[in-house]
Amino acid sequence: MGEYWYKRENFEDQIDKFFNESTDPAIVLDYTIGVRDFVTSGNAAAQIKLTLKKLGVDPAILRRTAIAVYEAEINMTAHAQGGELKCNVFPDCVHIVCHDLGPGIKDIEQSMVPGYSTAEDLVREMGFGAGLGLPNIKKNTDLLHIISGEGERTYLEIIIYFE
Amino acid sequence: MKIRELLEALEAEILTPGVDLDLDVTCAFGSDLISDILMCTKEPTMLLTGLTNPQIVRLSDMIDLFGIVFVRGKVPPQEIIDMAIERELPLITTKYTLYRSSGILYNMGLRSCKI
Repeated sequence: MGEYWYKRENFEDQIDKFFNESTDPAIVLDYTIGVRDFVTSGNAAAQIKLTLKKLGVDPAILRRTAIAVYEAEINMTAHAQGGELKCNVFPDCVHIVCHDLGPGIKDIEQSMVPGYSTAEDLVREMGFGAGLGLPNIKKNTDLLHIISGEGERTYLEIIIYFE
Repeated sequence: MKIRELLEALEAEILTPGVDLDLDVTCAFGSDLISDILMCTKEPTMLLTGLTNPQIVRLSDMIDLFGIVFVRGKVPPQEIIDMAIERELPLITTKYTLYRSSGILYNMGLRSCKI
């Protein structure tokens, strides 16, 4: 099993506080992501964006959230056997947890390198598999935490702050 | 550039009914890679692409797309056109390639979107 942590500079304290003080989220949204479902995939990201928009979240934050969640959602349908996506909305941030059904990431560090991809042909033909999924998630989030390994389920969580 | 001018320049056809052809297109981007499109689109952008799967229309739920021009004579299936109509997203098709279409529009003054 491997573990990867990314905390955006200047957000370390806020993130540590988040994990130390477990408070209940104001809104919880749950989604099931199907395997190779390229028709409805993207729904979770779109609905989460809409929910945050109704709460008055800044458009630049909405865009970052939509892109990060969309890439995570596509990863679950394209690379994994689907899984569960949970969105926890707090007053100051959104926390997304993706828990897929495997087969896991062999080398997380390598999968963070832009251009590295293990996507199959079907996925590439649809315009995915550029090897930018995880790098795009990292670029748009304040926290990215991944636990995975070959033959394991992948656990991915992200946090994006509203300010 | 008005949608009407874009249609004429690319000898293109509009696939979604009811679009106001006098709407102004302010910038454009061309790619067949979804991750690139997501990262490079930060303002209302006319997207030129050869991808015709449902995800290309779904992208407009995440980012600000002004419309989509399908190049190389591609026409998406009706259910994808219906998805676009639901989202009031203009869809256009041209026989020209991505390179030729982009060159023509750029020469007419249509700038690249801010990336």
